[in-house]
Order: sequence, then C-alpha cells, then structure tokens
Amino acid sequence: MDKQRRKFLKIAGASVVAGIGAPAVIRLTSNSALASEHGTAAEHEEAPAAGHGQASGHAEEAPQGVRLGMVIDLRRMNENPELLDGAVAACIAAHNIPEFPAEKIKQEVKWIWKAPFESVFTDHSVHHAAGKIKNFPAVALCNHCDDPPCVRACPTQATFRNKLNGIVAMDFHRCIGCRFCMAACPYGARSFNWQDPRPYVKKYNKDFPTRMRGVVEKCNFCGERLALGLEPACVESCKGTGAMTFGDLNDPNSEVRKVLDKEFTIQRKPTLGTKPSVFYIV
Amino acid sequence: MYNKGTIIPGLILFVLFVTFPVWFNGFTTAGDLPKPELPPGGEKQCVMPAEYMRANHMQLLNEWRDNVLRDGNREILEIDGKKYSKGLQTACMQCHSRKEKFCDSCHTYAAVKPYCWDCHLTPKETASKEAIH
Repeated sequence: MDKQRRKFLKIAGASVVAGIGAPAVIRLTSNSALASEHGTAAEHEEAPAAGHGQASGHAEEAPQGVRLGMVIDLRRMNENPELLDGAVAACIAAHNIPEFPAEKIKQEVKWIWKAPFESVFTDHSVHHAAGKIKNFPAVALCNHCDDPPCVRACPTQATFRNKLNGIVAMDFHRCIGCRFCMAACPYGARSFNWQDPRPYVKKYNKDFPTRMRGVVEKCNFCGERLALGLEPACVESCKGTGAMTFGDLNDPNSEVRKVLDKEFTIQRKPTLGTKPSVFYIV
Repeated sequence: MYNKGTIIPGLILFVLFVTFPVWFNGFTTAGDLPKPELPPGGEKQCVMPAEYMRANHMQLLNEWRDNVLRDGNREILEIDGKKYSKGLQTACMQCHSRKEKFCDSCHTYAAVKPYCWDCHLTPKETASKEAIH
C-alpha cells in the first residue's frame, strides 16, 4: 500500500474532525427532536387547564398519599399565652426532653419552642409591625418539610421522610451525631445532646425513650401517639381552642384543609423551597 | 523409664493446670448458668416461644425497631388475646419489669453490653422520676 505522509495526514485530519463533530451533531438533532415533542405535549396539557381557568405560572405536582401538617393560629395563642406554654410543656412531658438551667442554655434541647416573631419569620419585615406581632412570642417547631434539607444532609439516613405520612422522622439508633442536619435545617429545629440528657429530664414518660449524649433530636410530630390514634401532644393540649389544628394536608376534607381554605396563612421561609407542612395564621 | 520420679508428677501438674477452667468452675459458683427472673406478674406467654426468644430476641428487637421507626409499621400485635405494641419499653418491660434481674443476668454472664439502655428507660429508672401516664 502506498503510504504517503500527505495522504495519511489528510485522513487523520478528517477523522479528528468527524470524531469531535459527531457527538455535537447528534446532540443537536436529538435536542431539536425532543424540543418539538415537548412543545406539542405542553400545548396539549395547557389547553384543558386554561379551560378550567386554573392557568398557573409554575405547575405543582399533584399531591400523593398522606402528608401530615399543622396550622397554628397565633392570634389564639396571643389571646391566651397559657396555650403556648401548655403546648411546650406537653411536648416536654411526652418526649422526655431535658430542661437545662439558664447557665447551660447553650445545651438546650427543644422540639417546640417560643421565639420572637422576627426570629421565626425572618422573611417578614417587622418594620412598623402591629403590636400583636411585636409584643407576643411566636412558636416554632420542625416544619416536616416536603423537601427536607436535613434528610439530604444526613450521611447515615438516620433522618428520613416517612413515605406513609410525610413526617420527617429520626431513627436515633442510627444517628452518629455529625450534626450535618443541624447545619442544613433552615429553621433551627434540631438540637444536639451535648451531654447525657437524663439528669435534666424532670419527669419520665415510661413509654418513650430518652436520648443519649451525641445524638441529634427534633419534633417527630408525635408519631408514637398517632399510632395509638391520639393527636400530637401539643395539639391535644390546645384542644377545643382552635389554636393548633393537625391533619392530612392532602385530604380536602380534613380539618387542617378547612382551616387553610378559610384563613390566610403564612409559612416559615417559603422562598427556600422546602415546602413546610406547618402553617401559621398571624 | 528414666527420671520416673520427675516426669510423672510433672505430667500430673501439667494436666491439672490445663484443665484448670473445667474443674475450677465445677468446684466454685463461677460456672453456674444464669437464671433470669420470670415475669414478677406471673405472665406465662411471650410474643414468641421461650426458646426462640432466648436465641433471637436481639434480632426481633431490631426488626421491631425497623418496623416502627423506618417503615412506619406500628401495628399492635395480638398474641393469645394479649396486646403488645412493638417496643422494648412498651412490650418487653411490661412483663419483664425488672431489667436488673432479667436482662442483666444473662448479659453479665455472657459479658455483652447492649446499648439499649443508653436511651431506653427501665421501669426502675422511670419510677425514680415520678412517672406520668
């Protein structure tokens, strides 16, 4: 075979160009094909939605299954401050939560707690806010987000989203105490056990464990009480006042949904896209 | 045999020394098998037969743990008319109410230190801080 350098270089050059160019050409053609398919599909979908007059800027996925959530009526809580104290106390009693004295406040463990409005709702301006907002505490707890950042951060899957009811649950057995979840949670809803909590638990609930040193804990929406057909401890302590309503956010006939349909509610830091399951009436 | 007087006593001493654990346990109480206390309330029925529980209670507890926490399966077990909600504190400790006399007896003997009690409360501990419910 006649192997001339000139001929070899020509073939090599052509091969290189083809090799580099081919994937780009394939991508371009396939993309345009996909794009045209998408276009027609989107048109088909939009037509009936527009017909119902529900055209919305961003489509939300249709809810599936049970997603437990809560509405907290801060107006009622402000009218009757004992409700909030009662709810916090009920949670402490139900979950063997330690109560640290003032000098150990940095070790505080909290599942549901009182905090000023501006620290609970950091997205909202309190400039010229009404007196009821400035002078009364709000309440915070784990939001049991639909897209929980803590779950993504956990390296051992000790915290996870329960698919049956949407509760962001914790398996304390698996927690290694790395505190990534605490860094990830935008709501400060997680506490770390810097020391053995038992000496600071005032009363034991015999049906619930304590935690040990080196474990992160947070509100579990009273999963253990729900299993027995009870409402969460905080909700139960406010029973009859309407200050706290609990139920399935995906069930249009549930009590929470009735409150949500009627009242204007806000969520904590909705812009982060975590889709909190706890709503507030201010 | 040469040196009979040295070799035979030497062999006897050697055998005695090697079998020391066997005869020492025979003459003392160190080898007594543990006797875990049966439920003080007189319950005869457990969630599984005693032989199974003796060998596999740790697997069963892990299974319950995963059922309850991970799979959200908190169904109440009903065995021979008695109801048990899956859990160390909510089921086991209801009958075996003295962990010190029941769990510890074998665990100490076998020198195992399960970490259940780092978090889970024994009835004795619960009683130490006036129980609610």
